[in-house]
Amino acid sequence: MLFKEVIYLMQKDFLLEWRQKYAFNGMLLYVSSTVFVCYLSFGLRSNALQVPVWNALFWIIMLFTSVNAIAKSFMQENRGRLLYFYSIVSPQGIILAKILYNACLMLVLALICFIFYAFVLGNPVQDIPMFLLSILLGAIGFATSLTMISGIASKAANSSTLMAVLSFPVIVPMLLMLIKMSKNAMDGLERAASLDELLTLLAINMIVVTVSYILFPYLWRS
Amino acid sequence: MKKNWWKILTVLLLVFTVAVGMLSDVPRLAILNETIRNLYFHVPMWFGMILILLVSVVYSIKYLRKPSIKNDIIAHEAAKVGILFGVLGIVTGMEWAKFTWGEYWSNDPKQNGAAIGLLIYFAYLVLRSSFAEQQQRARISAVYNIFAFAALIPLLFILPRLTDSLHPGNGGNPGFNAYDLDSSLRLVFYPAVLGWTLLGIWIVNVKSRFELLRQRLYENV
Repeated sequence: MLFKEVIYLMQKDFLLEWRQKYAFNGMLLYVSSTVFVCYLSFGLRSNALQVPVWNALFWIIMLFTSVNAIAKSFMQENRGRLLYFYSIVSPQGIILAKILYNACLMLVLALICFIFYAFVLGNPVQDIPMFLLSILLGAIGFATSLTMISGIASKAANSSTLMAVLSFPVIVPMLLMLIKMSKNAMDGLERAASLDELLTLLAINMIVVTVSYILFPYLWRS
Repeated sequence: MKKNWWKILTVLLLVFTVAVGMLSDVPRLAILNETIRNLYFHVPMWFGMILILLVSVVYSIKYLRKPSIKNDIIAHEAAKVGILFGVLGIVTGMEWAKFTWGEYWSNDPKQNGAAIGLLIYFAYLVLRSSFAEQQQRARISAVYNIFAFAALIPLLFILPRLTDSLHPGNGGNPGFNAYDLDSSLRLVFYPAVLGWTLLGIWIVNVKSRFELLRQRLYENV
C-alpha cells in the first residue's frame, strides 16, 4: 500500500516536472552559470586549479544548487493540492516519494554539474568511479536531509532565508565526509582508505531518513 | 524543604568544586601546568550541555506525543540553557587552548563540531521566532529540535573519532583515563560534572516556571 502510494506520488512529481520543465531547466541554468562565473573569476586556463580548491569549489557549488533545487519541493505546491493529498495519502508516502524524487533530481543535476565543471575547469580526478560514488552518496544525502528541512521551512513566513539557516548546520557533517572522500578519489588513493567515510555517510543517511519518516506526520498535520 | 535537597546539594558541590579546584594540589604536567584546573570548568560544560539538550529533545518528543504548553516551554528553556553551556564551554576551551596549543582557535575537529552544534541551536531559536501562532511554533520547532539532535549525534560522537584531534583521547593523544587523570583530579572532577549539570537543570526549572506563570498571566489579563 505504502509502496504503491510512493510510486504514484513519484510519477506525479516526474510528470509535473516533465510538463513544466521549470525546476530542472532553472537549476541547469543555475549550475552552468555558477560554474562559468567560477571559471571567469579565477581567470585561468584548464587544470590550473589546485586539487583541494577544485574539490572544495565543486562541493560548494553542489551545496548551493541542492539547497535551491530542493527548497522548491514543498513551496511550489499550492494549498488546494496539499489539502487534496492530505485527504487521500499517508504522510509517510509523501515524504518518501519526495525524498526519492529529490534524490533522482539531485543525481542528474550533480552528474551534469560534474561533467560541465570538469569540462570547464579541468579534471584532476584520478579514480573516477570512486568520485562518482561520492557524488551518488552526496546527492542522496543532500536530498534526504534537505527535503525534511524544506518541509519545515515551508511552514514559516520567510521560508527562503530560513531554508539556508536551518539546512547549513545540519548538512555540514555530511559535507565534511564527502569532501574527504572525494579528495581521496581525486588523489587516486586505494579504495579501502575511503571505507570509513563511506560507512559513516551511509549511517548518517539512514539516521536522517528514519527520523524524517517518523517526524514528517507531525509536520504534515498543520 | 524535602523536595529542595538537590538544590542544596548543587550549591555544596559547586562551592566544593571552586574551593577545592582552585586550592588543592594538582599533578605537575608539562605544557598543562596549572591550567589543568580548567578540567573542572571546561569539561563539565560539555557534559552539562549534552544532558540539557537531551532534556530539551525529550520534552520535544513529549510535546509531539501530548501537546501541552508546559512541554514546549521546558524544551525551549532547556535549549537556551544548553546554548549558554555551549558558549561557556567554547569560551573556557578557547582560553585553555591559548595557553596549551598556542592559539585560541586551531581548527580542531572538536572545536569545529562544537561551533556547528551551536549554529544548529541558534537556527532553532531563529525558527521559533519566525512563527506568530503558538501551537504551530511549538510543533514545528519540536520537529526541528529532534531532527537537529539526530544530525548532531554523528557530528559530536563519530566525526571527531575519525580524524586527528588535539584533544586528549584522539589521534594518538592519550585520553584522560590513560594516566593523567589521577585520583585527586577525579575527586573534584566528578562532583564538578554533577554540580554544573544540576545547576543547569535548576536554571531550566526556574526559567520554565517563570515563563509558565507569565503565559498564564497574559491569558488572564
